[in-house]
Amino acid sequence: MEEKVKNIVAKYGSDRGFLVPILQDVQKKFNYLPREALNALSSTLDIPLSLIYSAATFYKAFSLTPRGEYQLSLCLGTACHVRGAPQIGDHIERTLNIKAGETSSDLKFTYETVNCLGACALGPILVMNEEYHGQMTISKVSKLLKSLDKKVETDEED
Amino acid sequence: MKKIKSPQELKRLQDQIQNSRDPEKPCITICAGTGCLAYGTQKLIDSIKAEIKKQKLDKKVDIRTSGCHGFCERGPLIVIHPQKIFYQQVKLDDVAEIIQETIINGKTIDRLFYTDSASGNKIIHEDEVPFYRKQMRIIFGMNGQIDPASIEDYLAIGGYSALGKVLGGMKPEAVIEEIKEANLRGRGGGGFPTGRKWESTKNAKGDLKYIICNADEGDPGAYMDRSLLEGNPHSILEGMIIGAYAIGSSEGYIYVRNEYPLAVNNITIAIKTAREMGLLGKKILGSNFNFDIKINRGGGAFVCGESSALFASIEGRVGEPRAKYVHATDRGLYDRPTCLNNVETWANVPLIINKGAKWYQGIGTENSKGTKIFSLVGKINNTGLVEVPMGITLKEIIYEIGGGIPGGRKFKAVQTGGPSGGCIPEKLLEMPVDFDELAKIGSMMGSGGMIVMDDRNCMVDVAKYFLKFLEGESCGKCTPCREGVLQMRLILDRITEGKGEEKDLGRLEEMGQAIIDGSLCALGGTAPNPVLSTLKYFRDEYEAHIRDKKCPAGVCKSLITYSIDKEACTGCRACARACPSDAIAGEKKEPHTIDLIKCIKCGACLESCKFDAIIIT
Repeated sequence: MEEKVKNIVAKYGSDRGFLVPILQDVQKKFNYLPREALNALSSTLDIPLSLIYSAATFYKAFSLTPRGEYQLSLCLGTACHVRGAPQIGDHIERTLNIKAGETSSDLKFTYETVNCLGACALGPILVMNEEYHGQMTISKVSKLLKSLDKKVETDEED
Repeated sequence: MKKIKSPQELKRLQDQIQNSRDPEKPCITICAGTGCLAYGTQKLIDSIKAEIKKQKLDKKVDIRTSGCHGFCERGPLIVIHPQKIFYQQVKLDDVAEIIQETIINGKTIDRLFYTDSASGNKIIHEDEVPFYRKQMRIIFGMNGQIDPASIEDYLAIGGYSALGKVLGGMKPEAVIEEIKEANLRGRGGGGFPTGRKWESTKNAKGDLKYIICNADEGDPGAYMDRSLLEGNPHSILEGMIIGAYAIGSSEGYIYVRNEYPLAVNNITIAIKTAREMGLLGKKILGSNFNFDIKINRGGGAFVCGESSALFASIEGRVGEPRAKYVHATDRGLYDRPTCLNNVETWANVPLIINKGAKWYQGIGTENSKGTKIFSLVGKINNTGLVEVPMGITLKEIIYEIGGGIPGGRKFKAVQTGGPSGGCIPEKLLEMPVDFDELAKIGSMMGSGGMIVMDDRNCMVDVAKYFLKFLEGESCGKCTPCREGVLQMRLILDRITEGKGEEKDLGRLEEMGQAIIDGSLCALGGTAPNPVLSTLKYFRDEYEAHIRDKKCPAGVCKSLITYSIDKEACTGCRACARACPSDAIAGEKKEPHTIDLIKCIKCGACLESCKFDAIIIT
């Protein structure tokens, strides 16, 4: 892990100013920010772990716990809000039995909300692993979640 | 590509590119902004390329994937040049026909035209569509003419001419004078005069000065900066390079949201090619002027759009703002003189230098010059990005460009300025839109989000939405913002749950004023605006929640009940199937009923009913 972290830091010329983008890349690599990675960052960049921790917990983009295989991000921008995104969110929480920001215990699903994806014409919009699903309705969400459930089952059989 | 060593060489290269291009050669332009890509445009692009190849037209027809055209509602969008034939909502199945009929046979395809809802007429050309007709797309219109990854495309439409002009003989003072005379004001929201900011940074003491492009577009419902960065990254770079020359800066940053991967990608390519061609880096265009730009991606914190928080973030720290008694122009990033402007502001700079301050002054109102790009979203027929001259009325934007409210519903309010702004009622729609007019009525220009709401949106709920947003985004450093916004939100929670009391409205107003007066930065200083403006213009809705325990718009769950209109219900069972809590009973072809104890008010039945039989009271 330390090696991978060092490679990421090297891309930024070991410039401490790029801590936030470095954390972005680390998270992309490991799907979250593992403690060992933060330790490695601290020694490579020569920044106290406490400062790295404060940045990692301040910025919304970062997660200190592992995230699910399927990441659902519901846009809660104003345009999506006025077009009924809260009802969609309630429905996702009810169906997956997790709250926004949480990951299911089997690590299959993470559900989070984002502030605005800037694709307002398609609102309410749900992004599943970088794939956009626009003009969402409760019934479309149900269908999507059902199809994912099936995928999860076949994955397990494989 | 070879490095360009002088402004004259740049001019020659531009001429050479322009001359090598045949304006009559057919070109299929496909909008590949984030909105259209979300519709699945990538597959469409691949299919068009394959079809062109199949028909052996590769040499005869150009294909250009451009940035956002603005009319997101109707994506995927295609414009065929030179005739400017505009096809909208294009599907994969249409591709073969477009190539065969329009490109080969020269005929148009009626069903792909935009139909004007007012007249019922089919519209052939892009610029005749009502959505575009009333706009003045001097900044944003370039998007449709270029492939953002191609510097040649930008050079072909005269790109970098302004930089050539500046380095070809304008003194830094003259550049600043031009911007001051044009009276360009910051497009990020504050509206501070750009020329004055440049002048202060230039006059500040220090060898190293920074130029920053603020692309941390955090306002929910606003995406014009992203579309500019994605669609025309070189125009931003050109503006920044000119700014750097004017103030004497050698280092610049673009601070961009990580949620905008396409923008990051396109600006990265643009910086690389500009560097290769000698437009960035050492000895730009053969002069003694050096300037380079780095990209810094944000971590998803709204407050980092605030300048001092943004500096902290670039320095690798937590994005907490500081008090502003020392100006950023004196001590900004790394405590050095810093000039920070927003994306759209930078994009205006080359235009002003090219066409002159006098020309620019001719557009807009007395104290707000030029155009402004708005993202027109929410309950509006034509969702998209619109660029209009300052001074246009809200009514023109919403009804003539936006095409009014969908589903024949009634307009209620338009929200401008994001979480710092306010909600504007119908009686003020004739008001001209500029920095000062919007501020007068308790809202603000902001970065340009314009969210339209209809009679089914609850204004108390909207105010609560913004407070919740700001509560989550407050950095927590100062008490009025951290605690005050939370307390205001708790009061709104109570009101929307039917537990509000008359005195709450006074409390909200008093607390709102205290937060405005006591907060450290603009996030807190403007946080109460959505509440205060709705209290001012939609007080009756608050009172209905408190006195009658009703939500007139039918939004606040605790105050509404669902029922079925027996006359309208056809007994189709669609709602019963959709209901997640088995609350709907009734035989087929018989009117159904809702069990209020089981009903969780999720809205699934309302969405599923095709006969408007679900009633919310």
